[in-house]
Amino acid sequence: MVEIASPLGTAFKPGRHGKPDGAPGVIVCERKPATIVQVAAFSGRETAVREALVKAAGLKLNGKPGAGVVNGSRAGFGVAPGRWLIADDKEGLAGSFAKAIAHEDGAVTRLTHGRSVFRIEGPRAEWVLAKLFAVDFSPEAFPVGDAVSTTHHDVFAAIQRVGENAFDLYVFRSFARSFFETLVRAGEEVGCEVKA
Amino acid sequence: MRITCPHCGRRDVAEFTYQGDANRLRPDPASTDQAAWNAYVYDRVNTRGPHREFWQHSGGCRAHLAVERDTATHAILSVSYARDSDTARAGRRP
Ligand SMILES: [Zn+2]
Repeated sequence: MVEIASPLGTAFKPGRHGKPDGAPGVIVCERKPATIVQVAAFSGRETAVREALVKAAGLKLNGKPGAGVVNGSRAGFGVAPGRWLIADDKEGLAGSFAKAIAHEDGAVTRLTHGRSVFRIEGPRAEWVLAKLFAVDFSPEAFPVGDAVSTTHHDVFAAIQRVGENAFDLYVFRSFARSFFETLVRAGEEVGCEVKA
Repeated sequence: MRITCPHCGRRDVAEFTYQGDANRLRPDPASTDQAAWNAYVYDRVNTRGPHREFWQHSGGCRAHLAVERDTATHAILSVSYARDSDTARAGRRP
């Protein structure tokens, strides 16, 4: 098992931020999946790749735009037409995908080193995210498992709803520190607990 | 102004990048016809009303899109994947 380093450095300040009283409106932590991998299908091979991916990952991805699945420590979702992002707390998944997906059907790209994942959860998670992204976070428009690809001031973010009040945010690792500070700052109004 | 991406749904225009007039067709890359290249690079009809153009959902799924937009009102009349557009089809060589 590799030891996963965080890009946050001194920007990671555990404890309560902003509104000091009452239960925190949001809890923010850094997730550190040992695998983040993108699978992309070549034109016309979307179904073949998705079926191979479903088998290899054990995630029931139905191919609808933005649809995804959370299964314990493993999660996957569509980020673009014919492209999926899969994260797992264990290593090894990228290797199984590379075996399962034929070279003429698609491409498997390891992104573990290239993305950071932050989880925001709590009763005010939707409210805090709505400050940052022009996306409808209501459960009707954005059910558990689903995901969106969007940006916050040109910082690209893939966001998956992983629970009723919980979201995982995937950002480019070089933007992780700046984005994390923005996220915590947005949470201060409702009381933001940064957890180790 | 909002554009409904066929993959992502309705999003703010800030997530999209304009990629130019979708009415023009690039000459064969091997062509040395100066007039044809000049027309392709410089000539625009400057339409008032419905206009076919390419956009990219650069701040989303990154798909290239063919959009029909009314240049007088900014109303978005239709959106499809650029690969399915008439221009892409016409430009595709066997
Ligand atoms: Zn899109």
